[in-house]
Amino acid sequence: MQTFDLEAKGLRALNETLQAQAPQTNETAWEVVNPRGSHAIAVGLDAPLDVTVRGSTGYYCAGMNQQATVRIKGSAGPGVAENMMSGTVIVEGDASQYAGATGHGGLLVIKGNASSRCGISMKGIDIVVAGNVGHMSAFMAQKGNLVVCGDAGDALGDSIYEARLFVRGKVKSLGADCEEKEMRPEHLETLRDLLERAEVDARPEEFKRYGSARKLYNFDIDNAY
Amino acid sequence: MAKDDKHAPRTMPLQSATFSPEVNAEIRRAAATGIYDIRGGGAKRRVPHFDDLLFLGASMSRYPLEGYRERCDTNVVLGTRFAKKPIELDIPITIAGMSFGALSAQAKEALGRGASAAGTSTTTGDGGMTPEERGQSKTLVYQYLPSRYGMNPVDLRKADAIEVVVGQGAKPGGGGMLLGQKISDRVAEMRDLPKGIDQRSACRHPDWTGPDDLEIKILELREITNWEKPIYVKVGGARPYFDTTLAVKAGADVVVLDGMQGGTAATQDVFIEHVGQPTLACIRDAVRALQDQNMHREVQLIVSGGIRTGADVAKALALGADAVSIGTAAMVAMGDNDPKFEEEYQKLGSTAGAYDDWHEGRDPAGISTQDPELAARLDPVEAGRRLRNYLKVMTLEAQTLARACGKNHVQHLEPEDLVALTLEAAAMAQVPLAGTSWWPGKPGTTF
Repeated sequence: MQTFDLEAKGLRALNETLQAQAPQTNETAWEVVNPRGSHAIAVGLDAPLDVTVRGSTGYYCAGMNQQATVRIKGSAGPGVAENMMSGTVIVEGDASQYAGATGHGGLLVIKGNASSRCGISMKGIDIVVAGNVGHMSAFMAQKGNLVVCGDAGDALGDSIYEARLFVRGKVKSLGADCEEKEMRPEHLETLRDLLERAEVDARPEEFKRYGSARKLYNFDIDNAY
Repeated sequence: MAKDDKHAPRTMPLQSATFSPEVNAEIRRAAATGIYDIRGGGAKRRVPHFDDLLFLGASMSRYPLEGYRERCDTNVVLGTRFAKKPIELDIPITIAGMSFGALSAQAKEALGRGASAAGTSTTTGDGGMTPEERGQSKTLVYQYLPSRYGMNPVDLRKADAIEVVVGQGAKPGGGGMLLGQKISDRVAEMRDLPKGIDQRSACRHPDWTGPDDLEIKILELREITNWEKPIYVKVGGARPYFDTTLAVKAGADVVVLDGMQGGTAATQDVFIEHVGQPTLACIRDAVRALQDQNMHREVQLIVSGGIRTGADVAKALALGADAVSIGTAAMVAMGDNDPKFEEEYQKLGSTAGAYDDWHEGRDPAGISTQDPELAARLDPVEAGRRLRNYLKVMTLEAQTLARACGKNHVQHLEPEDLVALTLEAAAMAQVPLAGTSWWPGKPGTTF
């Protein structure tokens, strides 16, 4: 395993080094020490690396990730794994606002709680939160799955498109055009797979599914307020 | 004369200036439909503009340059502050962001062809980058928008610059809407949404709020793109002094300032006509913000919103801009609102020059549409040639004016070369009212 001391070598050197790794590299295991809440750690990766960050991170850790697995041994600041395309990002602690924002693919796992706007505008990413999520989570969520093993805050799934939301605990309130949906066998199967991959211990049958009522899909004056 | 004399003179019927026929028609339309008017384009109302300024030219106290023989350069370098690879353009006129979705693929290709042939850049829009556009654009600016439709790091790295869109002149503080009738299979796929539904673009970015966050977002974008690409920040003409100051503070290489005449693909008419400031009113405040931070010319300023001629270009540069950007004018150059389509505009309830229902996707010129038959009307090669010609003409015009003012580079034009025809324009441009040495608000004077 390669160890990179962020405090000693700096952010530019870290990202330059990780981004320079070829897809066929043998040096796949990396450890980042002394992150000290720095922003933009391990962003723009595009190789099957396995990066462990030993500590908490600032904004946008693993932003726009492709292929890599990034494990944060701490908590993550706002926008962790934003616009992720593929790969896996695991936050062992809590995640701040906008976790997984606009993500197109890959899997984001948050072992603790996620703050507000988790999965905002998600476009295909799968997000599994072992704890709770804050208000306005999955706002304008387009595609992908958001799994919440705890409770969800206010206005879950506001203005949602085709993303699927699974919540095991209580939902404080649903946002505009979000409604509870029937849990069919294929949804249980999707959920089982996601929980397994996220290594989260929960039974799919304990969840409820939420999605779009599709009443806001075309402008209607009676929906304006 | 008898009171009931039918031949007695009568008061002329008088239309109300307040309740004009246009206003009453809009009231009736709103009452009948229950929906506000949505349209494309920028502000149509008359506002103080570059037409209200004049160049003084050279005479006894200034030395002009010979019209065709003496050199007058037009090149501009954008992104010199932080980017490893600044953009070098032959002319100071760029093509503004317009999305594939709002425009046909043919129109986007034509924009790339025309801009490249003229030695300038074009810009993506909401909806991502198409191969046609990248392929035909020598220099392509990639817009980073709140919706992040089609946003991915691969395209980000293919771009020559990145423009973080905070707002636009047609609707500062507003998001966007691409109506369902323009959502073809391809547009839907690029945006990860079902076909045929209205696609909303948020008015705020999903993962940052305010200039402190933006500074970190710009850091992330630079880290992902190896600090190579200039980062532009685009703002609508709202509070140009503070918006420019904060954009610079957040780390922008270039500030793009779009006044209220700047167009949009679609938004509410009330938004277009009643929010934001005229382009003319924004430039000097933005320049002052740059000067106050010792960043004028270090951070470049691109001005857009109602640029139509080389005179507009020259005046914007004289007021302190480094370059301008055109959108609506580029569409017109390619064939938008051409009288040759008059019959079809009439069928759509409009007329050539007034057609602004770009959101409906029925553009007879094949530009603001996703209808395959209509889009096929636009030949990208021919439309690109027309755009190139137009850009060349504007450049020649700007050079002509610069030489007349004795400048061997269009960027050497300065406020001292200008006077204003109206009090309003004098106040906004902060140049003297013609025939005086004064403008409203001039330091050391009272009004």
